[in-house]
Amino acid sequence: MIEFQVNNNLVTFDGPRDTPLLWVLRDHLGLTGAKYGCGIGRCGACTVHIGGEARTACTVRVATLAGAEVTTIEGLAPTAGPLHPVQQAWIEEDVPQCGYCQPGQIMAAADLLSRLPDPGDEDIARHMRNLCRCGTYVRIRKAIHRAAALLAEARS
Amino acid sequence: MSRVGDAAARGIDHGRRRLLVGGLTAGGGFLLGLPGLARATASAAEPAQNMDPSGGRIGFFVELLPDNNVIIGVAQPEIGQGVRTSMPMLVAEELDVEWSSVSVRQMPLGIVKTADGYTWQYGGQGAGGSTSVSDNWEFLREVGAVARQMLIQAAAARWGVEPAQCRTEPGSVVCEALGQRASYAALAPAAARLPVPVYGPDEKPPLKDPAAFRIIGKPARVKDARAIVTGAARYGIDTVAPGMRYAVIQRCPWLDGGVESFDDSVARQVPGVLDVFAIEGPKPGEPYLVLASGVAVVATSTWAALEGRRALKIEWSRGPHAAESTESFWRQAETLLEGPGQVVRDDGDFAAAVAAAGRVVTARYRVPFVSHAPMEPQNCFAHVREDGADIVAPTQMPAGASRAAAAVTGLPRENIRVEMTLVGGGFGRRLTNDYVAEVAMISQRIKAPVKLTWTREDDLQHDFYRPSGLHEMKATLDAGGRVTGWTQRLASAGKYYRRPDVKPEEQYAAELYVDDFPANILENLRLEWFELQSGVPRGSWRAPAHTANAFAVQSFLDEVAHAAGRDPLELRLELYGHSRDLPYGQHGGPVFNPGRLSRLLRHVAERIGYGAPRPAGRGVGIASHFTFGGYAAHAVEVTVGEEGALTVERIVAAVDCGLVVNPLGVEAQLQGGTIDGLSTALGLAITLRDGRIEQSNFHDYPVLGLAGVPVDFETHVLPWGDTPVGMGEMGLPSLAPALANAIFNAAGVRIRSLPIGDQLQWALAG
Repeated sequence: MIEFQVNNNLVTFDGPRDTPLLWVLRDHLGLTGAKYGCGIGRCGACTVHIGGEARTACTVRVATLAGAEVTTIEGLAPTAGPLHPVQQAWIEEDVPQCGYCQPGQIMAAADLLSRLPDPGDEDIARHMRNLCRCGTYVRIRKAIHRAAALLAEARS
Repeated sequence: MSRVGDAAARGIDHGRRRLLVGGLTAGGGFLLGLPGLARATASAAEPAQNMDPSGGRIGFFVELLPDNNVIIGVAQPEIGQGVRTSMPMLVAEELDVEWSSVSVRQMPLGIVKTADGYTWQYGGQGAGGSTSVSDNWEFLREVGAVARQMLIQAAAARWGVEPAQCRTEPGSVVCEALGQRASYAALAPAAARLPVPVYGPDEKPPLKDPAAFRIIGKPARVKDARAIVTGAARYGIDTVAPGMRYAVIQRCPWLDGGVESFDDSVARQVPGVLDVFAIEGPKPGEPYLVLASGVAVVATSTWAALEGRRALKIEWSRGPHAAESTESFWRQAETLLEGPGQVVRDDGDFAAAVAAAGRVVTARYRVPFVSHAPMEPQNCFAHVREDGADIVAPTQMPAGASRAAAAVTGLPRENIRVEMTLVGGGFGRRLTNDYVAEVAMISQRIKAPVKLTWTREDDLQHDFYRPSGLHEMKATLDAGGRVTGWTQRLASAGKYYRRPDVKPEEQYAAELYVDDFPANILENLRLEWFELQSGVPRGSWRAPAHTANAFAVQSFLDEVAHAAGRDPLELRLELYGHSRDLPYGQHGGPVFNPGRLSRLLRHVAERIGYGAPRPAGRGVGIASHFTFGGYAAHAVEVTVGEEGALTVERIVAAVDCGLVVNPLGVEAQLQGGTIDGLSTALGLAITLRDGRIEQSNFHDYPVLGLAGVPVDFETHVLPWGDTPVGMGEMGLPSLAPALANAIFNAAGVRIRSLPIGDQLQWALAG
């Protein structure tokens, strides 16, 4: 039995300890915002935050999570509260096409902005490794700059 | 000029159009909301009935809510091309509502049984050939216009005036003479009980003057954005149902191989594994219902199914293609080109042009197999019962899903319900519903609802890949450097491989579109096709043969210009010439106006500073192409380092897709198509060894990341005329040749084989 937090809720899992977090979230907790894309940590569609840091949920075994705090796209913004500035920026810049990779992109971008509040284009290129098959990268870049501005506004 | 088999060259939309027209005569009074139908059924003496006379639903597409918001149904599958935004825009414009009051409902597959088959209930449904906007441009505006007309009628009846004395403002009907106003919500119950207006054969519901458009042509953000960014959006892979099982299949890695035997004793001991059984694949050479033979594992969760699959021991038979490799494929192509091929276009006298030429230029270009690799791997839900089935499918062709499920289960199609989810990328992969057939087989066998999930490895190794081919180009020049003749000899593994409805002599039509440039521009033109034998499954990959042919033709045009001592832009402008309509018999016709390419080329050339001096190692390339009714041009600026390091510095992309429905959507598709072209040209290829696909995941199929896309990236949309065409595919084909031409301009190295990979390092560092 493994206990950990997901989006500020205590969850327990008593299945195989080597189950990847991604499948615990999707099949057992019904949180399908983190997407399966590659299973080897290359595409980032399953990006979540563990202890505040972006990780690919497909490569994290649930056994390693005892006591951990996991945040998924569903918990990025408080329930019934305003959207996270990154989500807001994503809408304003009209980023999604098929949308499948975007929860992962947003979690990666939120992680970047938490460590680097005003990233330059090179910082974005270095940090944003998530794949998007629709090619929304031009607008992702713009949305990250916009989110940085929204966050700066909120702080001031 | 000789041509064969034009019928086979028709794209998907032609088939859909045919069915839609068929529906007009056969679909009867089911089709309220299809004004054309009401027109056609006048003789059927069956007035169209409303579906929901007690509520606010007017026809199939429009539902007015008590709070004066409106739900608009979308019949097309959303694969990221933006139809869940653009289609409702067409309805909302003519219905006359505020765009902010519109939400969207995905409609299921709608088919109706007729005396001689099935017809569409809601009009044609599918995503292929960039046809949603062009096919629905009239139809969905008419849907909105008819619903608006019925609301006016309801108001006029309430107020005791003629409909002509009423007009609408967004969301309400107004009668100025009486000083009356009523919201659509208040009128909806009465309007929904009215018979649908019937139009004569030459009548149409009145449509707005485009100058009065309030929604069409204005930027509209993706309707699903909030659901997507909060993780609430549901894709096929997110489907859950009570009692649902989870399945995966281990498919044979050898093309057309089979399951000799398997040992599932360990797999069945994996906690959660419920059942293991073989899935029979297609016989070699026969049409695909599923792609491969395999062994299915059913379990209580995805992970249990995957762990069970890992524990399987399977003996495979290697099938008839075990000796095929990428090397043997190219050897076969070279050999074929030594002999004569199927002449599919022969204008003028190319041989005479060669005899008279001052100079003949020739080059060969290689285009590899590539995979669709949508971010959402294939998956599907099915619940097959004795008397019917439910399918939830991320598909581009829901009618194909219904056919696949019917073929597997033997159930009548009218008893198979097909729901469509959001789709995590299509690119042509989901035109084929093999995963629907697989999951229907599994559900029927286990008598339970089940979701089948493909892994990324499954998806890359079992695809209907873009055809690979070798293009031999030849051009004749006169003493003045004018192009007098042109030939393209293509040896390819055709897309129509194993399609039962395409004759051998018509296979070429998916590989060479015979009216493409330079047809009807150069007098002496000869096109030849050679069929390459291969066991690799093939299918439609975004902008199908245009991606291969644009690379060959537009790269070669540069080579011809350099050989003639002419500027590549100037030569193109001379050949394209001014605005005029040339006949175009393939998908995207009936005409091709090369002057529209001239306009786009001038635009991108100016924006990128085409003629400006640049430092050594830096260069610019241009290209343009006509794809399925849309026109695009690219200008690319690159730096090639002394050791061959390639940096894409700048991209300017321009498109002319006629009238623009959603500027934000058009820009998105142009950006996305351009980046798809860049990603594929730089690094993507599917290769074979010993009858097996070599690539297995993103580590060896390196889809481009954000870092590879230049910050300096411009898109330009140049509108034209008063009708729109789609945007899903046109932004892609001209990118690769523009990039290759830029590389030549920068470094003097000609890319004649895709992907570019490390060719520059080999050429320059050695």
